[in-house]
Amino acid sequence: MSSQANETTQKDWSKAKSVLKVRDLRIHYDTPKGAVIAVAGISFNLYEGETLGLVGESGCGKSTTAYGILQLIQPPGHIVGGEIQLDDRNLMGLSEREFRRLRWTKLALIPQGAMNSLNPTMKVHQQIADVITTHEGRQPKEKMRKRILELFKTVGLPARIYDMYPHELSGGMKQRVCIAMGIALNPSVVIADESTSALDVVVQRVVAQTLLKVKEMLGVAMIMIGHDMGLMAQMVDRIAVMYAGKIVEIASVQSLFKEPMHPYSQVLIESIPSLKEKKPLKITEGITHDPRNPPPGCIFQLRCPFVMEKCKTQEPPLRELKPRQEVACHLYEVSETGEVKNVAASA
Amino acid sequence: MSQPLLDIRNATKVYQVGGGIGSKKKEVVALQNFNLTIADRPATITTIAGESGSGKTTLANLVLGFTHLSSGQIVFQGKDIGEMTHKEIMDYRQNVQAVFQDPFGVYNPFYRVEHVFDLVIKNFKLHKNDSEARDRIEAGLNAVGLRGEDILRKYPHQLSGGQRQRIMMARAYLIKPKLIVADEPVSMVDASLRAAILDVMLKLRDEENISFLYITHDLSTAYQVGDQIYILYQGSIAERGPTTSVIDKPHHPYVQLLVDSVPQPDPDDKWDKDIELPDEEVMRAADAKGCRFYPRCPKGWEHCLTAAPPLYKVAENHHEASCYLYEPKAVSR
Repeated sequence: MSSQANETTQKDWSKAKSVLKVRDLRIHYDTPKGAVIAVAGISFNLYEGETLGLVGESGCGKSTTAYGILQLIQPPGHIVGGEIQLDDRNLMGLSEREFRRLRWTKLALIPQGAMNSLNPTMKVHQQIADVITTHEGRQPKEKMRKRILELFKTVGLPARIYDMYPHELSGGMKQRVCIAMGIALNPSVVIADESTSALDVVVQRVVAQTLLKVKEMLGVAMIMIGHDMGLMAQMVDRIAVMYAGKIVEIASVQSLFKEPMHPYSQVLIESIPSLKEKKPLKITEGITHDPRNPPPGCIFQLRCPFVMEKCKTQEPPLRELKPRQEVACHLYEVSETGEVKNVAASA
Repeated sequence: MSQPLLDIRNATKVYQVGGGIGSKKKEVVALQNFNLTIADRPATITTIAGESGSGKTTLANLVLGFTHLSSGQIVFQGKDIGEMTHKEIMDYRQNVQAVFQDPFGVYNPFYRVEHVFDLVIKNFKLHKNDSEARDRIEAGLNAVGLRGEDILRKYPHQLSGGQRQRIMMARAYLIKPKLIVADEPVSMVDASLRAAILDVMLKLRDEENISFLYITHDLSTAYQVGDQIYILYQGSIAERGPTTSVIDKPHHPYVQLLVDSVPQPDPDDKWDKDIELPDEEVMRAADAKGCRFYPRCPKGWEHCLTAAPPLYKVAENHHEASCYLYEPKAVSR
């Protein structure tokens, strides 16, 4: 599995076709004291067949981004601006009715199954059938049954849970029911929101492997949201690091783990507890500024160890510093020959 | 050797479930013949790890006195906690403090943070006068890396999860206990903020001589801070020993699977094979007489079903695993 995984990660994503384009997406939550800026203008591409990880601490806007793409933001939150394109079709102008048709068929969400994402009063097969009939109309009972059992097989569920209620299932099984629902209508993009957290380590591995297998089989593109860096290393091809509503770095998973460039990515990588070596604990604070009133300039300036004058006034743009490694930081300068220089190191 | 701080002997806890109209009561063994010793000095961090349903929270509840043993003993500084007088129980509660998983649920949202400390000081009569009480609170907050006044005047919702959890540590510290039972103290806190809480645990251990019973499912944090580790599987110890020894070189097949399944934060070191879980029913129906891991064990043979395997020595420093593979007289397979 390992060699195969490496092949896919080494693939040149710039040549691949992008299925989902997000441009300058902005989402605010209104509060009596002003709007909380949850997503502050982020842009990224999701390429055919890839898995993109979206990481960051709680409150950085990673889940809001995902729900924004699905247009499931609940008031007081609302999308303020930006563009979302799915297969060259702009999603922003669509009515709720039109968008409903796209959910599940084109864009599917796999929620955290352990939470209340399944209806406790409906049997497992009814919930999956519900998704299918809503989009494809009523179908012969026997055909539906075959199809659901086929889905069960894909995600590794035993046929005997067909007639069970969610409370009769273990956490790992519930999560796999959620995966089965997510892929029931062959979507082209799947968004997995913390799909494997809140599970035991061994079960988590089984579910994660199921997810990878299913993704491979259907060839869908996937956005994986999470905060477990270990799991990200195992599962994704590229990774986008978010901090306070912005993407600060986006790179291949190998580059990000080996050579994180943004100071926040560096903190994130260093603070991963390892099972291989005992290292001194790296202590960090959480997001320090008021999300209603971010400081001018760089969003990370209050916690950055390398903060400069420039950071307090100018916002660093996301620039491609190395092939397929985009970083939003003033710390690096690109010379005319294309060489990347660390300003702090040379000063 | 002086008497141990905490000595759990043959602890067994059986829950009765069901028993509604027309259904028979069932017994669920949450903890079976469990033994654990925490030395009085030096203070240590003892990790209890295992998957959900392995009995780790039951153990915390037993030590904290929230529920009672079905059989066995929990002895604290030479006294059985089941036979303590009222006064001894009050002392015990002062000596054994708890930090829980959910840093949101333990606060009353109507009160400021200082209320937490005021209550503790009042209930345990820790102060002689108000200024001394202030000083103690200040010292407690400093010990967990927070600064006094501004935090005390805040409401719980104004603090981050990490800060709230550190305040709970400060509260426990204020009482100067001998033992803190920390039940998943970092699992609801962001990964990047966990270090601050683990660091407080190390500081309290080294500077204040407070021992910890650290209950978690996360092996990597245990590896970073823990001294001893006990890995439970369905109520019994699968393997125990010094944390680094157990995690670097696990012996029990379950612990091997567990350690191998922790996702490595290295994209070039991926899971090398797909694993399958046996059906839930098979797992639960494990024969109570024999080894409970038998239905999932790749190495099991008939011998495993005769009786539950005792702990066998597998390495130095009391590193033991309960698996017949390590039975001293070489059993031929």
